[in-house]
Amino acid sequence: MKIVVCVKYVPDATAERTFSPDNTVDRVGVDGVLSELDEYAVEEALKIREAADDDTEVVIMTVGPDEARAAILKSLQMGADAGVHVKDEAIHGSDAIATSLILAAAIQKQNADLVLCGMASTDGSMSVVPAMLAERLSLPQVTFASEVTVEGTTVRVRRDGDAATETIEATAPLLLSVTDQSNEPRYPSFKGIMAAKKKPVEELTIADLGLEASQVGADAAWTRVAGFEARPPRSAGTVVTDEGGTGAAQLVEFLAGQKFI
Amino acid sequence: MTEVLVLVDHVDGSVRKTTAELLTLARRLGAPSAVFIGSEIDGARDALKQYGAEKVYVLDSSDLTDYLVVPKAEALAQLVEAKQPAAVLIPSNAEGKEIAGRLAIKTDSGLITDAVDLQAGDTGPITTQSVFAGSFTVTAHVIQGTPIITVKPNAVTPEAVDGAAVEEVFEATVSDAAKTAKVTERKPREATGRPELTEAAIVVSGGRGTGGNFAPVEDFADSLGAAVGASRAAVDSGWYPHSYQVGQTGKTVSPQLYIATGISGAIQHRAGMQTSKTIVAVNKDEEAPIFELVDFGVVGDLHAVLPKATEAVKARKA
Ligand SMILES: Cc1cc2nc3c(=O)[nH]c(=O)nc-3n(C[C@H](O)[C@H](O)[C@H](O)COP(=O)(O)OP(=O)(O)OC[C@H]3O[C@@H](n4cnc5c(N)ncnc54)[C@H](O)[C@@H]3O)c2cc1C
Ligand SMILES: Nc1ncnc2c1ncn2[C@@H]1O[C@H](COP(=O)(O)O)[C@@H](O)[C@H]1O
Repeated sequence: MKIVVCVKYVPDATAERTFSPDNTVDRVGVDGVLSELDEYAVEEALKIREAADDDTEVVIMTVGPDEARAAILKSLQMGADAGVHVKDEAIHGSDAIATSLILAAAIQKQNADLVLCGMASTDGSMSVVPAMLAERLSLPQVTFASEVTVEGTTVRVRRDGDAATETIEATAPLLLSVTDQSNEPRYPSFKGIMAAKKKPVEELTIADLGLEASQVGADAAWTRVAGFEARPPRSAGTVVTDEGGTGAAQLVEFLAGQKFI
Repeated sequence: MTEVLVLVDHVDGSVRKTTAELLTLARRLGAPSAVFIGSEIDGARDALKQYGAEKVYVLDSSDLTDYLVVPKAEALAQLVEAKQPAAVLIPSNAEGKEIAGRLAIKTDSGLITDAVDLQAGDTGPITTQSVFAGSFTVTAHVIQGTPIITVKPNAVTPEAVDGAAVEEVFEATVSDAAKTAKVTERKPREATGRPELTEAAIVVSGGRGTGGNFAPVEDFADSLGAAVGASRAAVDSGWYPHSYQVGQTGKTVSPQLYIATGISGAIQHRAGMQTSKTIVAVNKDEEAPIFELVDFGVVGDLHAVLPKATEAVKARKA
């Protein structure tokens, strides 16, 4: 079996994030990491490999700038077998539609039985790339899985929807995305870190994928950012200390003053 | 006036508040047409009319509801093709965004997700989004195809306007390829008697500071008629179900009033509540980052403050 895991390199969520003058997300001057939510996808792939009776290969795929290699490396350290890094000047500023186009073209070269994604990227957090990828690859989509069972080619998941919890079933090849409820991602071991250095990482350009530069990047986007504004910092509120049981009364006084009671 | 399609969010025909909000926003752009997928239109008709739906397309086929996401995206693509709407508005929940993503690709259209506001512009709808854990707002518009926009709950106060609500049965064709991920079981969430978390005007949340005892949080919420939320620490500890988690990997809420109790205010939690109008916190650590956000804060033990506050609220209401 072959599993492709799509991972994204994102600015560290705990760091300040901002916009560049060209209205794209500023990733310069901010430490990047493997999107935490994609660690769950890597972990799920490794678990499936460990449970499989056949030889299973886990290939990590990312679309992003030079630094995005760090996201592949971390995944290899966790135990994945190989990486594919699509990087190209033209990619800068790609939206979800273009990103899914690039990923789909790269995945098509892989002949994967399973394509795994995270539930959302921690920077853009649109949660649409997996569905778009499934659409482009004509694969069954089994997304937002909080629990995954694989039996042969049958994949069964629990999906916690807004109004109901659903059980979804489909047959591989398919696309699966997992939530942060699905597992507990492992930390790279020392052995894993050493082994990762020797694992192959293939680099591909847009042309290698048979795509044109005009199909990707900011200029290809079907939406335009008209403007952005930093939200005014919230004006400092009142903070009282609960002494002798006065806190509750003051709180209720505030709520009543704001007409919440 | 051109039509604006609104995908109706409902549970067994009971229309959710987000639909009234979407219909209200749709009216800024054109004539709202509700798209109802399911067999329970009888339960939904009045609500759709009441919030101004001029047309109601009824798509009733088990093919559309027995499989995940894909058949609904196919059906909407066929409606877009047939009706040439000015825009398609879809609720910003997990399924809604997936439907929207596929619809964008099927119809070669631009997609904007998680809009918190929407205005008519010269070149089509102009959306407002809140990004980076609420620290920036972005305005954007679609420049290709039919604007497909997912809208977050509480984006607007629903306005009741009587619509014609002319019903039309729409027969969508669902391909075999769309019937691959089957919903084999569906367990509706247990009713709590409290307002739905994402729709509530007031949310009271509890975190690790509850020590696992959510009773004071629930009692306070009930005194205010509020929904109950939880931090991931509380959910991971098994104290409260995941469906009540607020934050990056839980629900995004934007109520009039958000009360965080025993919650430190980590960035991932903020991502789910930062756009709340008024924020209140009860935390025994005066250094807790949540206090940076609050309009009103109490430094104290929630187990002491909340029961007293509950009594005081009840006394005022009595
Ligand atoms: C990828 C990722 C996604 C995440 N997604 C989410 C998410 O969706 N939602 C979310 O909430 N978190 C999320 N987190 C976790 C987040 O980083 C924090 O760990 C979490 O929010 C902490 O929960 P907490 O505030 O309840 O606990 P803590 O940070 O431990 O804070 C507990 C607070 O309670 C106070 N306290 C203790 N006892 C009392 C008392 N008796 N009375 C009053 N106050 C008291 C303490 O002073 C402290 O401030 C995510 C993390 C990651 C890495
Ligand atoms: N640039 C990218 N490279 C590889 N995978 C990606 C990329 N962007 C998004 N993904 C995948 O799509 C998922 C959802 O991302 P998003 O739709 O951006 O929230 C992520 O968890 C990844 O698995």
